Amino acid sequence: MTRGTLLNLPHAALGSLLAVLRQQGYNCIGPVVRDGAIVYRRVHHVSDLPYGWHDEQMPGTYRLERSNSPRAFSWAVGPEALKPLNFASGETLWRAERNHEGQIQFEETLPAAQPTAVIGVRACDLAALQLQDQHFLDGPYRDPYYAARREQLFLVAVHCTHPADTCFCASTGDGPQAEYGFDIEMYESEAGFLVAPGSAAGEAIVGELQLSKSNDSQRAIAEEEVRQAARKQTRTLPSQNLRDKLLASLDHPHWQEVAKRCLSCGNCSSVCPTCFCHTEHDNPALDGRTTEHVREWSSCFTAEHGDISGKPIRVQTHLRYRQWLTHKLGSWHDQYGRSGCVGCGRCITWCPVGIDITKEAAAIYEAQLS
Amino acid sequence: MNNPYLPWEAEVVERVQESASIVTLRIRFTDPAIRRRYRFDVGQFNMVYLYGVGEIPVSIVSDPQDEQLLDHIVRAIGRVTRALVTLKQGDRLGIRGPYGRGWPLHEAVGKDVVLITGGLGCAPVMSVINFIVKRREHFGKLTILQGVKHANDLIWRTQYERWAMLPNTQVLLAADVAGPQWQYLVGKATILLDRAVLDATNSIAMMCGPEIMMQACVTELLQRGFNPESLWLSMERNMQCAVKHCGHCQYGPHFVCQNGPVFQYPEIDELFGHKGF
Repeated sequence: MTRGTLLNLPHAALGSLLAVLRQQGYNCIGPVVRDGAIVYRRVHHVSDLPYGWHDEQMPGTYRLERSNSPRAFSWAVGPEALKPLNFASGETLWRAERNHEGQIQFEETLPAAQPTAVIGVRACDLAALQLQDQHFLDGPYRDPYYAARREQLFLVAVHCTHPADTCFCASTGDGPQAEYGFDIEMYESEAGFLVAPGSAAGEAIVGELQLSKSNDSQRAIAEEEVRQAARKQTRTLPSQNLRDKLLASLDHPHWQEVAKRCLSCGNCSSVCPTCFCHTEHDNPALDGRTTEHVREWSSCFTAEHGDISGKPIRVQTHLRYRQWLTHKLGSWHDQYGRSGCVGCGRCITWCPVGIDITKEAAAIYEAQLS
Repeated sequence: MNNPYLPWEAEVVERVQESASIVTLRIRFTDPAIRRRYRFDVGQFNMVYLYGVGEIPVSIVSDPQDEQLLDHIVRAIGRVTRALVTLKQGDRLGIRGPYGRGWPLHEAVGKDVVLITGGLGCAPVMSVINFIVKRREHFGKLTILQGVKHANDLIWRTQYERWAMLPNTQVLLAADVAGPQWQYLVGKATILLDRAVLDATNSIAMMCGPEIMMQACVTELLQRGFNPESLWLSMERNMQCAVKHCGHCQYGPHFVCQNGPVFQYPEIDELFGHKGF
């Protein structure tokens, strides 16, 4: 839909947006400070939002600091994307019951998802969400577990003005301005928010708020601040399409070089908003009558990820890192029409040894094989 | 709502012990309605679920026009297969499928067919042999090449001997390590190709087995003038969901569970033979 006029929502009136959402039946979640990080949790009151918090991110480092800013969204993405809201980190897919005759009954266990409004969604995470939607919902097999939750999401985007040192969404073309996928978009300034609906559902909510129109200069200032956020980013990927280069460099010595540092812990794939790998297993009850078939997030950095008949195919770490990167930045283009990286920088921040995807990709991209 | 993850109940109608570690499970759905609407292509697989143990992909080896039973050959090799081979007649399990792309049998009609397998009674190719033998007149010369590691690994020896008697059919068997009763060739699967008389211009080759063997066969066949498009390979990868969600079988641009398991050689040549993919 075309962008509507931006409306003024002062900081003091943010509570009314939450109230309207709640009135319309939405469970509101948003950024809150928990255990030293900004994560998405239920928001009861606007004071739950991280007003006066700022984050310091670097390779292998994440710290929250107090700031004097009157803003609620002066931070870059924390460890959680929207991913866990739709693709649960662990869930039961179905239950099987076996009677005395040995007959088995299968019963699906779909989640009872509630309408959920997420406040403060970032452009990078919307781009990642679109990729996860493509993966789980398009094609011949629609994932009903993902779909049940996804259909209930209402997304309130806040354009990013405070990129972290690890961010590079401008380079992947996914931010900091949110361009699609939201129900409401908001620009935050010291004075408050400029708000516009992005969908019919968003229009219904914004309409309830009876906000005054902003003027052109307010929009210009807000947009300029987001453009500045793009300019502040220092990291870039060498190209938005590294597919051919990476797949032509499978024997590049740099894979081994990364492997000297990589712990193969899988943190990068856990925090990655587009990684979708999961394993399935059975949890039989002790009574021998029922069992639950569950799935859990998994990672191509685990030893057993590629096992064939119990034998691993990627024993060495360089093969695992190469698998991750050639898929994410390479084969993803064939499978989803674009790279699997949205430039959120999480894999850099949350890597315990600070491995930087932009630097590793550049090393392979730029180095010439003799 | 159609849930692609939910298995249907099935029962073991017959169990055939093929060798010490290999069992054929002849299965049918307990719900007649599912039995009626279930269809599969040669080379496709099912996800076979054993209560409380787990779910694995197993190729279907029965004839697609046999509406009674679905045959699955299971070798006790991993956690789930070791339990599956202990199933008895009447035991229940879960089946969902069929999944994946099977063998290019339409394309093979009227052509010479070369079937190459390595390893223990490679199930995916057994389904093709059975299919062609039943419809022999639609295909040209049939060449069956089977290599095994040890002579004792060859199962269905009488079947191979029966196939060898069919018109316009050549069957060649080889073992890396021969045994006392071994009257066939000794060596790697590729030595079979040296003995086979093949018409590169009008053949289609389908192969299944260890990748290193398939790699050697691809190289040899290309050298002998086979068109890359005439080479078809069945690839094996870790599969947990079979509906291209779990990510374990990602192989370059493909998810093997959906785009494969059977691939035309040019579809996979970018990564084929590279360790770690």
